[in-house]
Amino acid sequence: MQNVQQADTSALRDQMVSDIYARTEAIVSQTVTLPENKTQLDFDRRLDNVLTSRWLGYPIMLLMLGTVFYVTIAGANVPSGLLADFFFWIEGYLTAVFTWLGTPAWVHGVLIEGLYRGTAWVVSVMLPPMAIFFPVFAILEDFGYLPRVAFNLDRFFKKAGAHGKQALTMSMGFGCNAAGVTACRIIESPRERIIAIITNNFVPCNGRFPTLITLATLFMGGAVGLAYGSLVATGVVVGLVLIGISATLSVSWLLSKTLLRGIPSNFTLELPPYRKPQFGRLMIRSVYDRTIFVLKRAVIVAAPAGVATWILANIFVGDLSILQHAALFLDPFARAIGLDGYILMAFILGLPANEIVLPILIMSYLSTGAMTEMDSLAELKNLFLSYGWTWLTALCMMLFSLLHYPCGTTMWTIAKETKSTKWTLVAILLPTGIALGVCFLVAQTVRFFGWV
Amino acid sequence: MSQTSCCQGTHAACTERFEIELQSPDDLVIALAGNPNTGKSTVFNALTGMNQHTGNWAGKTVGSAIGRFRHREHSFTLVDLPGTYSLLSQSADEQVARDFICFGNPHATLVVTDATNLERNLNLALQVMEVTDRVVVAVNLMDEAKRKGITIDLAGLQEQLGVPVIPLSARKGEGLPELKDMLLKVALGEVQPAPKLLPYSEEVERAVADLLPQVEPLVGGVLRPRWVALRLLDGDESVLAALEQYTLEPPRQIRSGEVVIPQ
Repeated sequence: MQNVQQADTSALRDQMVSDIYARTEAIVSQTVTLPENKTQLDFDRRLDNVLTSRWLGYPIMLLMLGTVFYVTIAGANVPSGLLADFFFWIEGYLTAVFTWLGTPAWVHGVLIEGLYRGTAWVVSVMLPPMAIFFPVFAILEDFGYLPRVAFNLDRFFKKAGAHGKQALTMSMGFGCNAAGVTACRIIESPRERIIAIITNNFVPCNGRFPTLITLATLFMGGAVGLAYGSLVATGVVVGLVLIGISATLSVSWLLSKTLLRGIPSNFTLELPPYRKPQFGRLMIRSVYDRTIFVLKRAVIVAAPAGVATWILANIFVGDLSILQHAALFLDPFARAIGLDGYILMAFILGLPANEIVLPILIMSYLSTGAMTEMDSLAELKNLFLSYGWTWLTALCMMLFSLLHYPCGTTMWTIAKETKSTKWTLVAILLPTGIALGVCFLVAQTVRFFGWV
Repeated sequence: MSQTSCCQGTHAACTERFEIELQSPDDLVIALAGNPNTGKSTVFNALTGMNQHTGNWAGKTVGSAIGRFRHREHSFTLVDLPGTYSLLSQSADEQVARDFICFGNPHATLVVTDATNLERNLNLALQVMEVTDRVVVAVNLMDEAKRKGITIDLAGLQEQLGVPVIPLSARKGEGLPELKDMLLKVALGEVQPAPKLLPYSEEVERAVADLLPQVEPLVGGVLRPRWVALRLLDGDESVLAALEQYTLEPPRQIRSGEVVIPQ
């Protein structure tokens, strides 16, 4: 505003601020009595010295992350199997009812093989990991650990030329990238905010964790035998998260050296006191707010996607169904990046929500494959194997899922937050390019050395 | 001294400028301010239960949750402002908080503070008290303070501040009925807080005195001239921009060069 003639008032401002502080100090000194022995306050400080220490901070972070994933993976196996058994036991009865009613085969196909089976897989594969992962993660959050993570990561982001608060918005991305993008509002500098928005997508969200965890469990864990299976799968998921964080940092660095040049700004990060997590409330909140929410979204989108996929797989043009035509068309390109035509199609059809990529894939395989009985998680692996999957396919699909373009909701949020077509396009094209490049390199390297 | 909230006007202000829907014109509007990490959201959730939604204010990119509750036959609309350390408008968050307290014309402003960290928290309370009289200070996390062996002389604090002070343990729901009672009384004018605003040091006060005759005719009746003068001395002109943006009929067009900050 030009209404006010400029004058240097910084001396007055400092005086005012110190006046307010002096007043506060006076009030507090007269009304607050600190304890004689400050053990509790000391406890916080001592814990902070360990959790945010230069040497122990990072190993502890990795250990925490690993523990959370291990508990999730090891704990989800049994309930996942039980749920799958249950749903397919029900399917048997439903099929019997349809047969008894004498409904046409296509009705049974759409409703049972499309709608029911798709939904059943989503629930049995995704529900147990989520029901374990979210509460465990929420306990760490409630305890006050996440701000310490941000504190630890701060210097990396500074080095990458980005804002330290990006560590916080990135952590939010683990929940949901759209939420993480919105959270970037806490970053004042427009330059650093755009960097944080563009790179938020590189940490896996709720919708992608189940995919990563399932594939790691089936293909990485299984390869080593059951005893260490969960441990290996955990290592793979932790590794993927680290790859995601590295991608975040390197892309931030790249952007701050090229398109978004500038010097990182400073900020004060407050470390809140540690609090005893409220387990009861946490359970309710994380089950209702997150688990049910994500599952509902997955089912709502997966159910129609199941029907659509079944229809695409059962309308024939010539000898092949529409789905097969499309997959065949994409196949050569998809093979070059370690995937196959169906997987790439699932990613394309899964644009609205990452939760439905795996379900769509399972449904396309089921509807075109010879397999009709699906009654355990091992069957799921056999299904993938029958389509020529190797550990490389699983790895490339996980990498693609980790690095590829943001989901529809996140794209829309980015457009809304940046109010710029250019930055929205960058936020879509840059990750896509990286995902294609990384998968291509990995697939070609592995094949060149003949490791598969 | 009990002048009403700095903003004269109707609650159309809430609905039109901040896109907050009131269920009826009789709704009592409470602004909820506080530092981050003071359990502000816990207080918000404890007061409103599940009866809330997230809003997005016109022209601002900072979201805010709005919740409702009933107490003693009155319905309240609680506006959860972004958590901030000050009202000095360094960031979009702080501007939103300040603009709502100034121009949203709330019936009362509730400042949530952290009992384990009052020293840092009272700065915001003092700043809010400069803007409006109708302030209630909630000292939250009393249970945690007790656990840590911190004792707070609440009566003394209330005496020093001049506004009602209510102890809370929002996570356990302790103190909520008392808080609601006090919000109701302040909103209806049955209790009229009288913030004790101590004078600043001499040089600041002199500069304010010099500036006041120019500011008073410009903002009088809408904002507290003293507060605006302080903000201008602070080097914060966004308060004038906000004044133009939020008042339906600006008291007068402010022209370039009219306000001269004395050296």
